[in-house]
Formats: sequence, structure tokens, C-alpha cells
Amino acid sequence: MSAVRLARRLGFWLLLLASLAFLLFPLVWMALGSFKTQVDFMAYPPKWRFTPTLANYEKVLGGSDFLRFMLNSMIIAAGSTLLSLLVGTPAAYGIARYRQARLGMLLLSARMAPGIAFLIPWFILFSKLRMIDTYPAVMLTHMVVVLPLVIWVLVGFFEEVPAELEEAALIDGCTRLGVLARIALPLARPGLVATAILGIISSWNNFIFSLVIAGNSTRTLPVAIFNFVSYDSLNWGGLTAASTIITLPVLIMAFFVQKHIVRGLTLGAVKG
Amino acid sequence: MATITSRHVAAAPARRRGGTLERWVDRNLPWLLPAPAVATMLLLMVFPLLYTAYLSLHDWYASSVLGPRFVGVENYVQLFARDERFWPAFRTTLIFTLGSVALTVALGLGIAHLLLRAFPGRGLARTLVLLPMIATPVAMALVWMTMMSPTIGVLNWLLSCVGIPPSAWVSSPKSVIAALLLVETWMWTPMTTLICLAGLAALPDEPFESARVDGASSRQIFWHVTLPLLRATLVVAALFRTIDALKVFDIVYVMTEGGPGFASETLNLYVFQTSFKYLNLGYASALIVVFFTLIAAASALLIRVRRAAW
Repeated sequence: MSAVRLARRLGFWLLLLASLAFLLFPLVWMALGSFKTQVDFMAYPPKWRFTPTLANYEKVLGGSDFLRFMLNSMIIAAGSTLLSLLVGTPAAYGIARYRQARLGMLLLSARMAPGIAFLIPWFILFSKLRMIDTYPAVMLTHMVVVLPLVIWVLVGFFEEVPAELEEAALIDGCTRLGVLARIALPLARPGLVATAILGIISSWNNFIFSLVIAGNSTRTLPVAIFNFVSYDSLNWGGLTAASTIITLPVLIMAFFVQKHIVRGLTLGAVKG
Repeated sequence: MATITSRHVAAAPARRRGGTLERWVDRNLPWLLPAPAVATMLLLMVFPLLYTAYLSLHDWYASSVLGPRFVGVENYVQLFARDERFWPAFRTTLIFTLGSVALTVALGLGIAHLLLRAFPGRGLARTLVLLPMIATPVAMALVWMTMMSPTIGVLNWLLSCVGIPPSAWVSSPKSVIAALLLVETWMWTPMTTLICLAGLAALPDEPFESARVDGASSRQIFWHVTLPLLRATLVVAALFRTIDALKVFDIVYVMTEGGPGFASETLNLYVFQTSFKYLNLGYASALIVVFFTLIAAASALLIRVRRAAW
């Protein structure tokens, strides 16, 4: 191997490691910090070797309403995703089979529009209906991000269902709706699962809608951790432990759907 | 698709069983299928937008006992001519967006280029680079806050290791935008990386082979073959990033709330504060209409550039 090639290979690995270090450092820092005592966390220069403690996790999970907020996050993510699948699946099938480009545009505008643009009317409406701080209200608002994502990812899965199969069923006298129920849906089942996971991730991570529409009894984790900091800003151990608990579930889910993430984020503009 | 539909129509009358309702449903399926989704979106998005536009012509505080009072375009006049926070927020948003797009696209292209090569552990590396954009933004913004502590933060320690003086990060108006851009770049470079990887993987082999046969160096190939071929992909990445960066909210609200002072107040922040801190809903609605128009213009550009792909 020539010296030039060796140097080039070395450069490649250095760049790769530098990129990974940049992208992973905050996550590693968060995980490390969650096992540090207050004293270790406040040490300068930062301590890389310390006796790990579970006290932060015990405090976060045991002390406050954290588990209740986690349950809220789960209920709202599951609810908004299920509702989105319910109304989104037929729409996705329609777009895939009838090439409804105009509908695609409507979805795209939903992806582009700033969430804040809808918040004032929702706030007024839900206040009048006395629905602020109720699960249905928060779920509905989360659907604004979840529904377009669900539809667009499902379109991709329905397009992969072989047209010949559906054609054969139609010739045998099956209705279009029957084809959807008996052929397209069973074949797209793995896609439905992946789509559901993507929907859950985007609802779980949502902040601005929950910040306005959710109150004390429906508060989700992102809002809860934000409030936590306002009254306990120096408890970094607790903060990183809570961040780890919030983030870990979505990171794990992402492993199973990584192939579909680009498609979901760009609404099919990029086929991952 | 067209052939399937026509064949389906031709074959249907002979064999189709079932009642009239079932046949009616089957005939009207092209609009029945998307109807629930369209109704949901109209209710959740189109109606609120129209109401916001209506409210933007009114003066109304949510805390007031009186209803909205019609003031015509007064809100808009004030916004463009007399608002001391609008134009700085506009400027901050533009600077932030330009910085975010440039940094995430350049880094994303670079990292995608690295991940395109075959090396042991590539699959794992491709998974790991995704994580920043999946991790809950609010939680990660708070973790960055601990890293950016001016006195005992790990980032200043890292700087001191390479002999750079410490930074005040988000606590100084001078460095706050750069600090937020660092977090934004960290969070969204994975997205541009993925887009670029998809684009690079779809490129044909022949141009690269002939360039290599002609004796081009890898640098020449990158600038004269890869980049021109990847132009459409880069445009998509840049435009998606533009739209998302214009809307930046979570990290700014969590890390600075627009401060120190108003140094990092973006349009989305200003709209949010006007709406839900000052409860000035009429004026906030006018701000939203302007903000929305700005993003719609960026989106229209995206759709025009990428129409062929949809």
C-alpha cells in the first residue's frame, strides 16, 4: 500500500470518527450525566471517571408526577396515531391507486405550514368547548403532524402491493373496498406497523401543541421536562436522567423504522 | 393505474354482486376514500387558517371581556411600520435559516459521502448518525444547555483543551445565534445526510467510471461529476431545511426564550409570545398571516423545483 493511499485511508477514518463524535457526543454526555451525583456533575474540569449512581433515576421516577406524564405521552401518541391511521389509511390507498396528485399537495402544505398558525383558533375553540387539557383535544392537534406523515408513508407501502394481485381479485368480482380489506391491507401490514411507529415518534416529540393545549392533567413529557428545569435548574443529574428516559423509547423505535424515516420527513420527496 | 381502473369498470357489471349501496360506494370510491382525511384536515387546518385571517383584522386580547373589535388593516400597518420587534425577528429568522441551511447541507453532504464507502461497521454508523434528529428536541435542547454552561460546561472545557478562550454561548447576545445554530446543525444534519445518501445511492455508475478511466482524481470527480449530478437532491435538502429552519421553535424557546433581550427572537417565537404570553390575539393573527405567507412562498418554490418528482 502506497503512502498516499495510507494517508487517504487515515483521513477517511479521522473524518468519520469526528462526524460520529459530533453527532453522538450530546447523547453520550446525557447518558453519562444521568449516572452522576450532583457533585460529580458540577466538577470542573468535567469528570469522565466517577462512581455511577442510580439516585437520579430513582428521584425522577419516584418523586414527582413523571410516570403520570409518561402515561399521558403514551396515551396521546397512541391515540393520535390510531386516529390518523383510521382516517389516513383509506386516503393513502386512494392516492396510491387513483394518483390523486392534488391531495398530495394538500398533505404537503400540511407538512410546510407552521404549527403556530393553527394554535390561536384551536385555543379559542377548545377553551369555548371546555376541552383545553383533555386527551381528545391534544390528540386532535397532534394529528396535524401525524396524519400527513402517516398518509404519505402508507402511500409508499400501498404502491409496493403488486397491481396484478388486485387486478385478479377485481376480475373475480371483488369490490375495490374488498380488495383494500382482503389484499392491500394484509400485504401492507409491515408497512402499517412502521407507519404507526413513525407516527408515535412524531407525537411523542411534539412540544408546541402540548405546551398550549395540554394542561396539568394531560401534560406530556416534553412540556413536563421543560417545566422541571424552570423550578430546578441546577439539578443536572435529574435533568439528564429525565432526558434519557424520554429519549430512549424513540431512539429504540427508530432502529426498527430507519429505512422509512426520510420518506416520512420529506413526504415522499426522497425515497430512502 | 389507468388500465386497471378501466378494466375494473369493464369487468364489474357482469360479475358484481351486492346491493345498490355497495355499488354506489364502489363507484364513488375515488372521493370517498380520502373524504375522512380531507375532512379532518379541513377542520384542523383550513378552518383555523381562515379564522386567523379573519381575526387579523381585529383588535382582541384574550384577557379582555369584550369581543374582537374590527380595525381593518390597522394590525398590518403597525406590524410593518411601527413594530420594533417584527423586523429584528425577521432578520434573526433569515440569518438563522441561512446559517442552518448552509451548515446542515454542507455537513450532510460530507457525512453522506463518507458513509457511501464500504467499511466495516457502516450499517451501524448509518444508524447512529440518525439519532440526533429522532431524540426528543426539548430534552436535547436542555442537555445542550448543561453543556453550554459558561462556567462549568463541558464545551468550554473542550475549547480550553485546544487553546480557544471560553464562550458565553447562549448567555451573550453576541454568541447566542451561533450557539443555537450549533444545536440546530447537530439536530438536523442527520436529515440532510439521509437525503444526500438516498441521492448518492441513486446516481448512475457510468459517469464515475468514465471519469476514472479518464484519470480524474477523487476531488475532481466530486466537484465535476458528483455535485452536478446531485444538484436536484441538494435542492430538495436545502428547501426542506429552509422551511423547517424558518419555523424553528423548540430549541430557541427552551434554550433562550428569544433572549438575552431579544437577541435570538425568531418570528415563530415572537408570534408565540404575542399570542400566549401577551394574549394579544388579534395582532398575533396578523403576524401569523405574514409568517405563513413567508413559509408558503418558500414552499411554493420547493414544489415548483420538485414538481417532476411528485
